[in-house]
Amino acid sequence: MEYFVIIIGSIFVSNIVLTQFLGICPFVGVSGKLSTSIGMGGAVLFVLTLATMVTWMMQYYVLNPLGLGFMQTIVFILVIAALVQMVEIILKKVSPALFQALGVFLPLITTNCAVLGVAILTIQKDFNLIEGVVYAMSNAIGFTLALVLFAGIREHLDLMEVPKAMRGVPIALVVAGILALAFMGFTGLV
Amino acid sequence: MNQIQNFTKGFIKENPVFILLLGLCPTLGVTTSAINGLGMGLATTFVLVMSNLVVSLVRNVIPDKVRIPSFIVIIASFVTIVELMMQAYTPELFESLGLFIPLIVVNCIVLGRAEAFASKNTPWSSIVDGTGMGLGFAFALTLLGGVREILGSGALFGFSLIKVDLMLVFVLAPGAFIVLGYLIALINKLNKAA
Repeated sequence: MEYFVIIIGSIFVSNIVLTQFLGICPFVGVSGKLSTSIGMGGAVLFVLTLATMVTWMMQYYVLNPLGLGFMQTIVFILVIAALVQMVEIILKKVSPALFQALGVFLPLITTNCAVLGVAILTIQKDFNLIEGVVYAMSNAIGFTLALVLFAGIREHLDLMEVPKAMRGVPIALVVAGILALAFMGFTGLV
Repeated sequence: MNQIQNFTKGFIKENPVFILLLGLCPTLGVTTSAINGLGMGLATTFVLVMSNLVVSLVRNVIPDKVRIPSFIVIIASFVTIVELMMQAYTPELFESLGLFIPLIVVNCIVLGRAEAFASKNTPWSSIVDGTGMGLGFAFALTLLGGVREILGSGALFGFSLIKVDLMLVFVLAPGAFIVLGYLIALINKLNKAA
């Protein structure tokens, strides 16, 4: 039951993109096409889950026993950067097909604030390792959901007559606002 | 390059938020009021200036291949400093900005300026560039926060202007997207006219 609350809560109620404002850069940047946004979603799911797992272990097995809690930001960002590099190298060797699909998105993920944000939130919310992993995965799914929905709308938007000054990013942001309005309907669900 | 031009380019011509569209997460996330926007803007400015300075000081020492990880470590150190300082001296602001303070590390503006400007220029012009860009960012955040605060709660910098319940939605998440969208459109329009 508790896992169910975490899952519904982080996919719908406090969606990472539309209510927590994490991962906006890829949300605006790569949401032009449906296919690329699915690829990005997959890459984020992979890295986010892995990164949350590793940073959780760093926090509880290394930083806390040594009393180095204030080093959290530095350690976490280094872990994420190293992890992304490693995933890239391993994927290239083990599964070239998957690398082809996710490869271009991987370097972008280091500076995706969703990854660092979720890693820190997992610690702040006092989750244990399994809860943390569930939380990370459902946030990644929430991210993908928002990205795919948004990409679908933007593909239609390209064909519309939009006032000149509003073309491109401004109209996309207004649409994202309306999407966020729709997601506010889930408030109070859990 | 002319230092005055170098300083002022961050405000309108190359404004990090309105023109370059960098650092959108904190821009949308913390601008529920003008004061939050200003606080976040100034914290980012400090990190930007200091990391620009250090990066440009060590730019000839760091091998090209490890330059990005080194920049990230430099930036993360200053972010930690800001985090601890704010926790000690402005606990209220620290509370309301919350998660977005450690997230300055992944703000694309900071790494972007380190890579695009500070790693190729002298320490002095890097400081000027960092200050200009940082204040441009702070200006954008304060503007966005101010508009949302006026529309949403009828107040500015915490002083209430009108005593009625306004459109609360502008303080909530959807308002952030919508106000930023219209502000960018307005600036596009003004830039074209000029």
